[in-house]
Amino acid sequence: MEANIAIPSDGKNTWDGGAVRPFGASYGKMMMWFFIVSDALTFSGFLAAYGLTRFKFIDSWPIADEVFTHIPFIHGEFPMYYVAFMTFVLIFSSVTMVLAVDAGHKMQKSKVAWYMFATIIGGLIFVGSQAWEWNTFIKGSYGAVKTTDGKVLQFVKDGHQIALSDFVVGERMDHRESDTKKNGLWFESGEAVSQYSVAQIIASYKADPSIQIRSEQIDLDKKQKIILSREKGLSELTKGKMVLEGANLKANEYGNTIFADFFFFITGFHGFHVLSGIVLNIIIFMNVVLGTYEKRGHYEMVEKVGLYWHFVDLVWVFVFTFFYLV
Amino acid sequence: MAHAHESNVKRIWMVFGLLSLVTIVEVGLGIVKPGFLHLTSFLGTSPLNWIFIILTLFKAYYITWTFMHMEGEKKWFRRSVVWTAVFLICYLVTLLLIEGDYLYETLGPLVKW
Repeated sequence: MEANIAIPSDGKNTWDGGAVRPFGASYGKMMMWFFIVSDALTFSGFLAAYGLTRFKFIDSWPIADEVFTHIPFIHGEFPMYYVAFMTFVLIFSSVTMVLAVDAGHKMQKSKVAWYMFATIIGGLIFVGSQAWEWNTFIKGSYGAVKTTDGKVLQFVKDGHQIALSDFVVGERMDHRESDTKKNGLWFESGEAVSQYSVAQIIASYKADPSIQIRSEQIDLDKKQKIILSREKGLSELTKGKMVLEGANLKANEYGNTIFADFFFFITGFHGFHVLSGIVLNIIIFMNVVLGTYEKRGHYEMVEKVGLYWHFVDLVWVFVFTFFYLV
Repeated sequence: MAHAHESNVKRIWMVFGLLSLVTIVEVGLGIVKPGFLHLTSFLGTSPLNWIFIILTLFKAYYITWTFMHMEGEKKWFRRSVVWTAVFLICYLVTLLLIEGDYLYETLGPLVKW
């Protein structure tokens, strides 16, 4: 009987399962592990969907090295370094977290508090870096043209991508401008008008023979984007529909729309996990400082949030590989 | 906390060194992209990608076993977590990647470049 009915308990140990310890682990810890399993499945669902889409567009997917190339405060192109830095920050915050758990086993209250504090700082640096990464991604750095058949055309000179502002000259030719308050149009809202018009870009392309167009298509033998001849480039460019600057959920200058969608969704979902991890860490940190666990006699709560925090690090290891490396 | 309360500080720093080293190797390979690894193909993708994936699983193992202290849990608790996740993820990824390849083979020829 006792095996399949709930036993009413008035004891105050109900919350942590009392004396029942399946697998020799407390209920709290075991449930944290099972939550992590389900969360891992959610993340792998996203990453597997990313993989499916990438295989679907295997000959036109944006090349990560050409998209994520910036470091704060420094001009120029440095692929990988900044995400590598973010990875280090997260791994290091995992180390301070596990040191806090270790100090908790030895009941060293102030050590636990300091290590928790370091973990929180590491988390904040990571989220801040991700915000910067998003900002750079959304603003974009080169600009591109989208054609009526949905292709994204980028501009290159001597094999290197250049920004629209590097070669576009002359008048817009369509007399459009963004509504501004200055013109008494503060009560109207419309689509933002891009800095350059398509007609202006076509004219500038014709005027400068050193500019070439890079298509989305990848040469699968060289793993590089195919650069079109001047004539082919012009015929593609005349199909231009809109100018792309940066990225949003509908269009982006890097290539396939769904590439940016996955970027926002997966890194966003991970970033939200980091954020909630920081909140949990702060709560536990305050409890440590207040001596709650000292009175309780053990620091298992630190261990439990620690599990969650390591999981966030674990997910980032995979996101890093599949978004930036592979 | 059935397991012993021995200190693991030394081991933690060792694992941190190991994970950092692997990350540095990954980033180095990602920047250099040696042609013989990057431009050749092995089992559906480049050997470089396989190296990245294996190193990632290596890191995942150390994070789970040392930092999350899976090595100290009971054998069947460990299995209930790891086997469940590994089996389901392998299943999902296999099906979706095969499907992605099929979509490319079907839709790819219809795209006029």
